Amino acid sequence: MTIPEIQAKIEAGLPGSTVQILDPYRDGVHIKAVVTYKGFSGKSLIEQHRMVYATLREEMKEEIHALALETRSE
Amino acid sequence: MEATTKSQIEDLIKSKKVFLFMKGTPEMPQCGFSAGVVTVLKNLKIDFGSFNVLSDMKVREGIKEFANWPTIPQLYINGEFVGGHDITVQMASSGELQKMVS
Repeated sequence: MTIPEIQAKIEAGLPGSTVQILDPYRDGVHIKAVVTYKGFSGKSLIEQHRMVYATLREEMKEEIHALALETRSE
Repeated sequence: MEATTKSQIEDLIKSKKVFLFMKGTPEMPQCGFSAGVVTVLKNLKIDFGSFNVLSDMKVREGIKEFANWPTIPQLYINGEFVGGHDITVQMASSGELQKMVS
């Protein structure tokens, strides 16, 4: 799964969100997603992260090994 | 998840105020995120119990279902799921984590 695919998946699952994918080690494996989404407003951090994970439900099982998350409600 | 796995997980969580499911051990973490949470807890001098999920495939998979959370590490305080690596780091820097264990 490529970085643009991950980005597209999150954006599709959270309509109107802004997703920035960082690849700090340039290995395509240890990636970080910074997700800004109005729908996070009023939600706990756990709920916010669960919402992102839900968009990647299948991918999280196998393909994505290390995904760091930072969520913002703007 | 088998009932025995579920009760094993519940017993572990209850065994200590702060409990961490991780890959590897606090002395020798086997993943960067697990190592990160251990570092946070040690820096804050928080006493914690831990379980190496790499030693038990049933717990490794069961814990994901238990918490409805797809990744490991998982941190529990007072029997409640707190979060994974990113949430723990964020809560530590805001001082929230320290409040929860005090």
